[in-house]
Amino acid sequence: MKRKDLLGLRDVPRAEIEHILDTAVRFRGVSERRIKKVPTLRGRTVVSLFFENSTRTKTSFDLAAKRLSADGVSISASSSAAKKGETLMDTARNIDAMAPDLVILRHSCAGSPHMLARSFDFSVINAGDGINEHPSQGLLDMLTMRDHLQSLEGKTVAIVGDVFHSRVARSNLYGLRTMGARVLVAGPGTMCRPELEVLGAEVRHRIDDVLAEADVVMMLRIQRERLARAMVSTAGEYADLYGLDLKKLARASERTLVMHPGPINRGVEMTPDVADHANSVILEQVRNGVAVRMALMYLLLGEIDEAAA
Amino acid sequence: MDAGAMRRALARMAHEIVERVETGRALLVGVHTGGVPLAKRLSEAIEAIEDRVVPVGEVDITLYRDDLYTGLEKPVLGDTRLPMDLSGVTVVLVDDVLFTGRTVRAALDNLMDYGRPARIELAVLVDRGHRELPIEATYVGRRVETNKSDRVTVRLIDTGADSDAVVVERA
Repeated sequence: MKRKDLLGLRDVPRAEIEHILDTAVRFRGVSERRIKKVPTLRGRTVVSLFFENSTRTKTSFDLAAKRLSADGVSISASSSAAKKGETLMDTARNIDAMAPDLVILRHSCAGSPHMLARSFDFSVINAGDGINEHPSQGLLDMLTMRDHLQSLEGKTVAIVGDVFHSRVARSNLYGLRTMGARVLVAGPGTMCRPELEVLGAEVRHRIDDVLAEADVVMMLRIQRERLARAMVSTAGEYADLYGLDLKKLARASERTLVMHPGPINRGVEMTPDVADHANSVILEQVRNGVAVRMALMYLLLGEIDEAAA
Repeated sequence: MDAGAMRRALARMAHEIVERVETGRALLVGVHTGGVPLAKRLSEAIEAIEDRVVPVGEVDITLYRDDLYTGLEKPVLGDTRLPMDLSGVTVVLVDDVLFTGRTVRAALDNLMDYGRPARIELAVLVDRGHRELPIEATYVGRRVETNKSDRVTVRLIDTGADSDAVVVERA
């Protein structure tokens, strides 16, 4: 892989996506054995800079770095100088002065990882920039789908929920379209706008319109902020119309996979018995997350040793 | 080295292994890529002598190399598969060519992350000299004098070659 950064899936060609997924499969083995560490990135420095809360993604990146023997440092905004008014660029300059090899950034402002990537020599992985992209999530989702479906070409993936505000949905949409899959989206009109067709999605409005054809149904979390801004009336109404329960799931095929990027609001976007259903691959997504992030770090930070070559 | 010479060398190595190693608690581990088909051939040769199957595993040492590189288009990581727990086991690492010794060093580190074998021995088809680390093989098919800039390749029908051969290309 010849790129310095991974900022999004929008411009990543198919061969490269396949290369990353194939590499991630190899890294799964490291997390399954007793000594969950390989010496590959020994002595490299990875800094995680999270300006928005995260448990899953932050831990996943931290473990990925450690399992590659890199030195990982995590900075979360709530305990950082950003609260004292330091700009993002100044924060980045200060970190750059400490010679990191890779910075992983999650920030509410779309384009912020791109700004860092342009301005500094360290590699950058986008861990979520506003509502733009979350490429490592898209990759781990596609890996999970590929595990079960063998190939993504010609498959139908339905994404249900607040698609418009979801960077997870966007990255999945870009990646899945590149891999030749069909993407259907469904949700309230305020969250599932016709403009999404420009990005390659087929916009439906009712969950029933997508379930019958879907090989995969991915549920997105409804954020409380959206409820407060009256994009849907109540969580209960959302759950009735768009939440996945066993009755609605029965309208999908027996083998339809149920996915969710987490964290789940049990009872809102899905009922507990769906979350724990046999077709739910939610925990596999998490397992694949560490492997995909290890693969990304390995591919971005690997270098040619001129003397040895 | 032609196919006949290779067959005889592997047969002799199989006899040597059977003499030295308690085959009941042994594991042949091929080092990717060249060592894997050779480990299988040694296992078959041992089975012919002792009527006992020595299991075969494989290690891919890419993550343990001391000269890490990417930039290649295809996936370079192979599988590491060890079919049994390593405690109390004699592992015979198998590779096609022993050169600087760095691949074997990486394979040793990789194995140790899976457990604690009782003993590790090394079987190579060709020892071409020019060691950069203090590593030697327990079982050697043939020693070949080479210049450092020569290229030594082992071709096997198992991996698509027309016939078994060891080829030395002078630079």
